[in-house]
Formats: sequence, C-alpha cells, structure tokens
Amino acid sequence: MARSPISVSKFRNNFFGSWLVWSVLHALLIMGYGYSLNIAATDSLVTNGLLMTACWVISNILRYYLPYKDRYFFVLLLCITFSLTVNALSKFILNLILIDPENTLYILFLTKAYWIRLGIAFLLIGCMSVICVLWYTHEEDAENRQRKNDAEKLSRDAELYKLRQQLQPHFLFNSLNSISALIGSDPVQARKMIHQLSDFLRTTLRKEDEQWVKMEEELQSLELYLEIEKVRFGHRLSTSIVKDEKSLQMLIPPMLLQPIVENAIKFGLYDTTENVTIFISVKTEDDALKVMVQNPFDPETSTPRQGTGFGLNSVMRRLYLLFARTDLVETSSKDNVFTTIINIPRHENYHH
Amino acid sequence: MKIIIIDDEPLARSIIREYLQFHPELELIAECGDGFEGVKAIQQHQPDLIFLDIQMPKINGFEMLELIEEPPAVIFTTAFDEYAIKAFESHAVDYLLKPFSRDRFEKALSKLSTVKTKDNKEQLAPLINSVLSSPGEQQRVVVKLSGKIRIIPVDDIYFLEAADDYVKIHTRDGSFLKNKTMGHFESALNKNQFVRTHRSYMVNISEITRIDPYEKDAHLALLKSGARVPVSKTGYGKLKSVLGL
Repeated sequence: MARSPISVSKFRNNFFGSWLVWSVLHALLIMGYGYSLNIAATDSLVTNGLLMTACWVISNILRYYLPYKDRYFFVLLLCITFSLTVNALSKFILNLILIDPENTLYILFLTKAYWIRLGIAFLLIGCMSVICVLWYTHEEDAENRQRKNDAEKLSRDAELYKLRQQLQPHFLFNSLNSISALIGSDPVQARKMIHQLSDFLRTTLRKEDEQWVKMEEELQSLELYLEIEKVRFGHRLSTSIVKDEKSLQMLIPPMLLQPIVENAIKFGLYDTTENVTIFISVKTEDDALKVMVQNPFDPETSTPRQGTGFGLNSVMRRLYLLFARTDLVETSSKDNVFTTIINIPRHENYHH
Repeated sequence: MKIIIIDDEPLARSIIREYLQFHPELELIAECGDGFEGVKAIQQHQPDLIFLDIQMPKINGFEMLELIEEPPAVIFTTAFDEYAIKAFESHAVDYLLKPFSRDRFEKALSKLSTVKTKDNKEQLAPLINSVLSSPGEQQRVVVKLSGKIRIIPVDDIYFLEAADDYVKIHTRDGSFLKNKTMGHFESALNKNQFVRTHRSYMVNISEITRIDPYEKDAHLALLKSGARVPVSKTGYGKLKSVLGL
C-alpha cells in the first residue's frame, strides 16, 4: 500500500504551514469586513478545520481507491460532494455557535457569502485531490518499477547461478575412476588426488555465494583443476601459467574462467592425439584484467564454429549480464593454436 | 582369450589391467590410447574381446568400431554419457560405468560368456548406427583409406554416390568409400544441407551452381567442382523445396 502524502514529514509540514497561513488570512479578511476578532477567529477555525478534515478524508479515499484515466469524473464528484458538505456543515456550526442576537449582521453576511465560500472550498479540496492523485500515481509507478527491478535481479541471479554450474559430471566420474585405479598402484598419489578434488569441489561450492573473487583465488582453483586433469591424462597434458602480482589482486566473477579452460582441454586433448600444452596468461591492461587461454587444435577436423562452444557462450552471457557489454570475449585461431582472450573491466570494489 | 584395452586415460586402462590379473585365461595383448591405435591393434592382433572407452581423442569409440569389419566382443566403459547409455540400454549391450567395482567387472565378463549367442557384428551394428546417426545431426564421417583413417567434416562433402554395398563420398581431397547405405546418410545428414536428388545420388546444396534440364523429366546439377549430378523428377521437387524455389 502506498504511503499517504500526509505521512511524509516534508509534505505534512508544508500542508499545516499553508493551512495556518490560509486560516490567518481568512480571519484577517473577515476582520477587514468590520467583524470582531472573536467572530473572525471562530469562522476561520470552523471553516478551515472542516476543510482540513475533508482533505484528510479525501487523501485516504484516494489512497485505497485510485481512479484511472477514464474515471477522473469520480474525483470531480468527490470534490463537489465534499465542498457542499463542508460548506453546509460550517454554516450550520457557525450558526449554532454565533447564535447571539448581536451577531445578526454576521449571520446575514455568512448567508450572502455562500457561493463564494463554496467556490473557495471546492478549489481547495480540488487542489488537494489533484495533488493526491498525482502523488499516488507516482507512488504506484515507483512500486511497479521496484518490483520489476527486483524480478529482473532475481532472474539474473538465477541465470548467473545456472551458468556457474559448469562442473562436468564427466570430469567428476573420470577423476573418481583415476583415484580408484591409483588406490591399487599408488595410494599416496590417490590420497593426494582426493585432496585436490575435494579442494576443487569446495572452492566451486563456496564460490556460489560470492559475486566477486580475487584473481588469485580463481587461479588457484584453476590450477587445482588442471592438476587433476594432469593425473587423468598423464604425460599428454602440460600447462604453462604466466601471471603478474597486480592482476592477482584484481576481482573477477567466480568460476568465469573454468569453462574456458575446460573448452581448451576438450579441444586440446580430444581433437589431437599428440601431447598438449595449455597456455594461460593473466595480466592487467588499462585497468582491466586480460586473460588469455591457448590450446592446440586440428584445423582439418574442427571448424571455428565448434571452437565457440557452449562454454564460451556461457562466459559471454555472464559478462553481458554483469557489464552489459558483448565485446569482452575475443577468439582467434592461427597455426593450429586456438586463442581465447577475456577482458574483465575493473570492478568498483577493487582491493588495494 | 585375447584382450585389448582402448582408453585415452592411462589410469583408466590400469584399473582394467589390475582386474584382469585375476583371470589368467584372459591374455592382455595390447593397450591403446586412441581409436587410431585401436583400429591398428585390432587388425594386427584379432582380439576376442576389447574394453572400449567412448570419449577419446579424434574419433570416439563408436566411430572406431564402425571402421572395423569383423569386430570382436566389446565391453564399453564410460564415465558419463547419457546419450550412449540410453543406446546401450535399448540395444541390450552391457557397459561399465566408471568407476566400476571388481564385482561389476566380473559380472560383465560372465554375462559375456553366457549370453553371447549372436555374431558380434550383428549385435553391434544397430547400436553403432543408432548412436552415430541421430537424425540430421551427423557432423563428420570417419573413413579408412588404405589403412589410413580420415575424418571428413560434412561441410567438405560435395556429393554422395551409391556404389554397390558402399557409398562413395566425393570431397575436395578425392573420393572415399564407406560401408553404409544411401538411406543411412539420408537420415543422418542435415536435410537442409544434403538432398537426395536421385536414387543413387545425394548432393550438398551449397555446392550447386546451376541446374540444367536433361532429357525428359530429368535434370543435371552442376557443382562448383565441375561435377555433374543426376537429378530425377522427384529429386528435382525436393531440391526446389529445400532451395525455396
């Protein structure tokens, strides 16, 4: 439910201030016609008191029932009804209070001023109604906008969450199979691999709650992942990682690079039968992180189209959701080497 | 009984080797790290049974099997491949899910010796066909030419021509024979890219430069390569609808 304008202190102060000024002017005007302060004050208090009550009632009616474009006649009807009521009531009350015979002139004056009083009451009540309609319409708009924003944020979060769920069951089961084999032949190595796998899984799980992580942490989990893959694929896989101190302190969305490296492994190891080196470099350029991942591939059998598989698409989508930019991922292939470059703009919560 | 293990992960091979130690009657004669080595080893050693991984470099386990004329008995091993597992189930072919226990391994072996009635080829062919020809999705064709294995991306195919029990695949690098039917390719290849223009011909429409009338109701499609492909009356109709004429 929208707030009533009267519940907002700034509006309330203005409202009562104007009311006070208006009441004083009202009393002065009556005195200008030669009536006593007593009569003028009573008239002003009764009339304007009733007007204020009417304004308050109207603001509440409109709070619960806000008419739309084609129903604005309802507001007009409301104003007319209220002005008539206020006018009749004030006349009745004033007649009752100031019944004294010496006030006969004033009673006559009151009767004569009926139409002017009605007009003024109508204008004031009308003014209040218009303000209220505008106020509540604005409040409703703001509420809708807020709701829309919330909904968008929710769906964006859900999508990001889904995109981060990149861990391949294939990887997990094959790693478990390697461990199972190692238990027979090399228990020490088996235990080491269990620890690596646990650490890696823990990082991926923990990271789900975080929006941004340090490049250092992200690189650590990538290294864990690559170590496990090296055990799986034996001598076929080697890695080379180049990084600088500054970049390690930069922030990046968690698990962003994981699908890129998975892609590199997939194309490097499954597209050739030779030994494969995955090259990763991390540096800072113009305040943005620049991550490059390179893997060999066979141009004879894999088309560039395949190179930009689901992994890359999910990374592009995430970067778009975070930065509203589509130009942050570049890919190229040359001399049987496929290169992926990711640019990550500096995040405002940069750690110094 | 002669055994070969084909898996690209050394540790995955070692666990099978370990389990085989309990079976002196089973003789492990070779271990292969990819399908190319697999084809060679199978031809050379003529094993009775192979343990075959599915996801391997260059060509997968099914593509490898397809290249072997007289396949041995196969126990498939895979870590996670829903699509293949579905195919195994529907063709009643046994498989091992990694990591598997020794009990499970023994079960697979004993099942093989008791259930085996059919010829290997007869049993495997429908499975391979169903896995490799999910309608309209085939991306490449693996062929063998004088002992060498070639992977042909379907985009590189100019046209296909029926040749007795084979299909002749014409590409920039020459033509290759594949032991398949035209019907197989008609369902496996993308229908918007390949059109069966004739009982014995299928053409990659992006290669067509011109279609000329030729005798009665027939036409001839002229390809970029200069080849001419016959187009029958019904083939012409199909061609027109795919090209949007």
